[in-house]
Order: sequence, then C-alpha cells, then structure tokens
Amino acid sequence: MGKILPRPVNASGPATRGGTSALRAGLTPLMSLLALALLLLVGAGPALAQGAEGVRGTLNNAGERVAGATIIVEQDGEEVATAESDEAGQFSIPLPGPGDYTVRLDLDTLPEGVTVREEGGEEREITVRPGAVAPALFILGEGDRETTGTAERAVQLFVRGLQFGLVIAMGAIGLSLIFGTTGLTNFAHGEFLTGGAIAAYFFNVTVGMNLIPATLCALVVGAVFGYLIDKGLWGPLRRRGTGLIAALVVSIGLSLVLRYLYLYFIGGSARSYAQYATQQPLSFGPVSIPPRDLVIMGLSVLVLTAVGLALIKTRLGKATRAVADNPSLAASSGIDVERVINVVWIVGTALAVLGGVFLALSQQVSYLLGFQILLLLFAGVTLGGLGTAFGALVGSLVIGIFTQMSTLVIPAELQNVGALVVLILILVVRPQGILGRAERVG
Amino acid sequence: MDFGVILTNSLTALLNAEALYLALAALGLNIHFGYTGLLNFGQVGFLTVAAYGLGVGVTYLDLPFFAAILLGLGLAVLLALLLGIPTLRLRADYLAIVTIASSEVLRLVARSAALRDVTGGSAGITGFADGFYSLNPLPAGRYGIGPVDYNESRMWLLLVGWSLVVLGSILVFMLMRSPWGRVLKAIREDEDAVRSLGKNVVGYKMQSLILGGLFGALAGFVFALANSSIQPDNYSTLLTFFAFTAMILGGAGRILGPVIGAIIFSSFFTFLENLLVQAVRAEYIPTSILDSNQVGIVRFILVGVLLMALMIFRPQGIFGDKKELALDAR
Repeated sequence: MGKILPRPVNASGPATRGGTSALRAGLTPLMSLLALALLLLVGAGPALAQGAEGVRGTLNNAGERVAGATIIVEQDGEEVATAESDEAGQFSIPLPGPGDYTVRLDLDTLPEGVTVREEGGEEREITVRPGAVAPALFILGEGDRETTGTAERAVQLFVRGLQFGLVIAMGAIGLSLIFGTTGLTNFAHGEFLTGGAIAAYFFNVTVGMNLIPATLCALVVGAVFGYLIDKGLWGPLRRRGTGLIAALVVSIGLSLVLRYLYLYFIGGSARSYAQYATQQPLSFGPVSIPPRDLVIMGLSVLVLTAVGLALIKTRLGKATRAVADNPSLAASSGIDVERVINVVWIVGTALAVLGGVFLALSQQVSYLLGFQILLLLFAGVTLGGLGTAFGALVGSLVIGIFTQMSTLVIPAELQNVGALVVLILILVVRPQGILGRAERVG
Repeated sequence: MDFGVILTNSLTALLNAEALYLALAALGLNIHFGYTGLLNFGQVGFLTVAAYGLGVGVTYLDLPFFAAILLGLGLAVLLALLLGIPTLRLRADYLAIVTIASSEVLRLVARSAALRDVTGGSAGITGFADGFYSLNPLPAGRYGIGPVDYNESRMWLLLVGWSLVVLGSILVFMLMRSPWGRVLKAIREDEDAVRSLGKNVVGYKMQSLILGGLFGALAGFVFALANSSIQPDNYSTLLTFFAFTAMILGGAGRILGPVIGAIIFSSFFTFLENLLVQAVRAEYIPTSILDSNQVGIVRFILVGVLLMALMIFRPQGIFGDKKELALDAR
C-alpha cells in the first residue's frame, strides 16, 4: 500500500516517511562517527619534525629497472622508514633528520632470480648531512636467494591488502554510485584521486599547513570540483541527451586533460608530504605496520561506514539508492533526480580526494597516481557490482587483498595482472558482480 | 622563429611514419567502433603483441622475417579472442574497461624484469628490422618532393605502409558494402533486432574485433620498423587515444575518414610542437609558462580537449555522416 518505492537493495526495516525524525535518527550515529573520526585525526597527529633530509636511489639490475621492491631505513638498529621502488625502479624516502642510517634492501621483495651481486650488498651505511638527500646504490644481478617465512609474509600482505582495499574502496564507491545514478562510466575518476593528492600536497608543502588541515582543504576543493564538473559538463550533456558512449569518451578526454595538466604543474618526479611520510613501523607479531597506515585504515572504515549508514538511514541516501536503481521511477515518485546526481558527484569526488591522499601517503604524490590504480578501481567495482555502493566496498577489499597476496607467487610489478584476471573471470562467470542484481547486462 | 623549419617538418609529417601507423590503427578502430559499435580502447594492445611477435620471433626464436610477421598476426588474433570471449556478450562499457586494462597489463608484462630474456624488459628489443630493410629495392639517396624528403629506408617503409593502407581501405570498402558489412552496421544500430533475426551477434562482433585487430597488428609492425626498435613504454594507452581521436576527427564510419584524420592529426600536432619549440627558443613564450620539456605535454592536453570537443560538438568529425554514428547504442 502507499506509494511505489523501488526495491531496497541494501536496506533493513521499513522505509519511513517521517522526514525530520528519521533524519535526526539517522544523524545521531553519523554525528558520533564524525566525532570519533575527528578524535582519531587529532589523536594521531604527533607532528613530526619537517626536514628536507632523505635518501634516494634507483634499483638497477644490469640496466633493468626493478619495481615494487621494499627498502628499509634503520637507525641504531631501529626501523625508521620503509618505501617501495616505483615503476622506474626509483625510490625517494624522506628521513626525520641528518645522521647515520642503514639502508637495507628487502631481498624477499626482489623479483625471481634477482639479488645483490656481492655478499652483504643489500645493506648500505649512509651519512645524511643536514638538508641533503643522500644516494643509496644497490648493485643487483642474477642470483638465487632463499625465501623466508612465507606464512609471515602472507599475513603481512593480507593486512597490506586490507588497507589497500579500503583505499581503493574510497574511489570505487564514487565510481559505482556515479554509474548507478547516471549510467556514466567515469574514466576520469582516477584523476580525481590524483587531484586530491596534489591539492593536499599544495596545501601541505607549498602553503605550509599540516597534512590534516591540508587534507580538509583538499576535500573542500574536491567537493567544489565535483559540483562544478557536474553542473558545468555532465549536467548540460545529460540535458542535451548525449548518449552514454559519447559521454564515456568525453570522460576519457577529460582524464587526458587532467592527467597532463597535473604533469604540467607538478612535473614528473614523485613528491612526498611533509608529515607522516616516514614513520617507524609498529610490530604486531609477523605484521609490521606504520601508525599512519593504522590511522588510514581506521579512518577509511569510519568514512565508509558513515557513507553506508547515510545511504541506508537518511532520506537523501535512500533517494540516491532509488535513483541508482531506476531513475525514471524515482523521478515519478517525486525525488529530485538532478539534486541527487549532484550530491553523488560531490560526495563521490570528495571520497576520491580522501582516497587519493591516503594512497599518496604510501605511494607518494605523482601525476600517474590515480591512473595506475584505475584498473583496480574498475576491477573492484565490477567485481562487487556496477551501481551498488556496498558492492564497490566488497569488491575493492577482495581486489586489494588479492593483488597484494598475489605477490607471493608473481613478481610485484605484475600485481595488476592478477586484478585483470579477476576482472575477466568475473565477467565470464557472473557479470553482474557479487552484489549486483542478476539482470541481462548485454 | 624559423618558419621554414616549422613548415618543412609539418609537411614531412603529412605522410611520415606516425601518420602511417596511426592511419592503420585508426582503420582497425574504425572497423571496431565506426562500423560495429565496439568500444575498443585497447587498440595499442594489438600493436604491442604484433610488434613483440615480430621482435621476439626474430631475435629470440631466430625465425625468418615473414615467419615472425605471421607470429605477430597470430598473436593479434589470439588477443582478440581473449578479449572478446568474456566481454562481447556484455555491455559496451565492459569491453572498454577490459581493453584499457589489458593494454596496460600487456605493456607491464612486456617491460617486466621477469621476462627480460625474451622481451628485453624495459630496454626493449632491437635488431629485428634487417629482414625488412634488406628487401629494399631503392638505391641509396633522398626521395621526396620539394622540401620534403626521406632516406631510402624510410621511403621503402612508407611505400609498403601506404600501399597497405590503400589496400586495407579498399578491403574495408568492399566488406562494408557486402552483406557481412550490413550485419555489422545493423549490430551497431540495434543489437537486439539483429539477434531477433537469428544472426549470431557475438560471432559477427568477434570477426570484427579480429579484423580490426589485424589492422592494429599492421600498425604495430610499421611502428616497430620505423623506429627499428620496440620500447614498451611507447606502447601506452596514449597511442590508442591518438588513433581514436584521429578516427573521430576524420569521421568514424567512413572509409577514408580515419586515414585523413590520421594525416591531419599527425601533421597538425607536429606543426604545433615545432611552433611552440621555436616560440620558446625565440622567447616569445616565457619559460615560466612553458619550457622546452613541457612542449610535449601540451600535445597530450590538447588531444584530450580535442577529443572532448569532438564528441560533444561534432562527433561525426570532418567527413562523417551523423546518421551513421549510433553513439547511443548500449
């Protein structure tokens, strides 16, 4: 009886009509979550001394660059920082201050058949002068080495995968909701993550704020950008009746423009934030994790829970799910579809900004940051079900854990291959994804 | 500001290797997107497997030149099958996602250290082009008209390549006027209608994917032979988008559209880059705005803007027919 409501995909309990009381009821858990988030942010903010010291180098295996290997910096026997070499085999690790350090290459993270040429060549003693970035050279070559502690590595990779999956989920949810409400496959979404990371870098390093208020400013910039891009580009295209394929190609063009604008503005080298980029890892049994990663995971869980609750409990959230399910039916029941789409773009972009900052904390700010994980975003969204927010979360977690743990058997630089294999398998076996509805998708 | 140099370079680029391999790639994309409505954003993947088939075949497997060419073509067919089987019965977006992802993964696999013995890793492969250039009948010297000239090796490559373009265009013309081509165009317009008439839609789409992929393979051969080397980082998604933009610019769904589009695309951007480099050198543009390293970036930004503008305002490009563009198909 009563009005036709779209079938609630992820709801529990009856859909109430009482606007304000339902809104307030939904708002209280949201408020407490927000408070918790703020507490986490503040509590996690021991301001690290900002310095320009660091160590950098290139991993070179007879001319072949080695990506995805872990470099650990120690001082007086204690771990100070870790980083991974990027696609060009380069690493650049900021250090808390000048002094003597030991830079160690984790041999287990090297590709098969590659190891250091000389005995003990995986460790380098360096002296970092004030304000200087010292080089560290590792001479690699062919060789065998014994792999140690696969079970320990598996646990460590699982935890890293969990964190990675949560960060991917931030981007994937926006992508999924945008697709669900407008039908647009937004190929520029990766660039929103990059943009967020760069905006936070700007506020953090160029303007000089601490990373936390810098991130909040970046969030505002992102929300404004999401609003503008919908009002200025996608809205007019929708009103014109531009087809979805044309809009898809436009989003590809947009991603090109954004990505190379980023390259133009920040150049090709990777940058780090002024705080939290280097931290001494904490150890929990076989798992070693820097405190910032714990904060990232905690914050991600909070934010994602908040978004999920908002989708279920608040009226706007229900309207969003309704529009994602069936826009014309939602419009006919009085929901302002354009407003919902606008909100989805704002929230989706803001989430992507946050995800970008989290990603850049472990992978450094670079113009390719978002593009490199675009495949993973799509894999996560498709796996979970294009159009559902909870599906995006589940799919992203699976993809994150799978890609990290696949490095147990395949070289680290090929971890994206695993995601592609998952993507193809899911499309063959269950194209609507884990949580998608079994509808004809072709 | 040496306008002579700018003009010469732009005219040289009109029919040079870049226009050539973009024309071949765009021909393939035209079959995919222009005639069948397939969203293949991984065309560069076909270039990659073909080029590596040629390179690996000659250097690692010690095959003669034509056998390696066959290997490259075979790999392109295999790639089309691998991409098509999971995605061709699904929506267009899924093919787009899978093709972009797979072309990136192919590049990563080609440059990976694990396969360095076979593919050369990030350094790539050289020393495979002799089999081709040894067939060159032209005597040494410069060939060309007016300010535009090429050496005998490049001239040989251009002769072979543009002949392939002409032959390919004739082939596409004949195919698209045949019943087979009509079914493809019908699939582009309304797949369900074609399915309800009893046609095997997935089979036709797969054939189209394979045919377009073979053109992409030819483009890969030309690209590899023009540089006499295969560098994995040159086979990035940017190439796909250049070919795509060239196709849309010339007019998708038309025979000569992609070819003309590729020629205009290549020479225009060569002109622009030369202009900017000269302007920066002559200090008409201050280095605070643009320095000589960033001139290449301008090309990429402009391609993105051009692609967006074309799709929004003139999706049929220069020669296209708006009625032929079923961009609402899903």
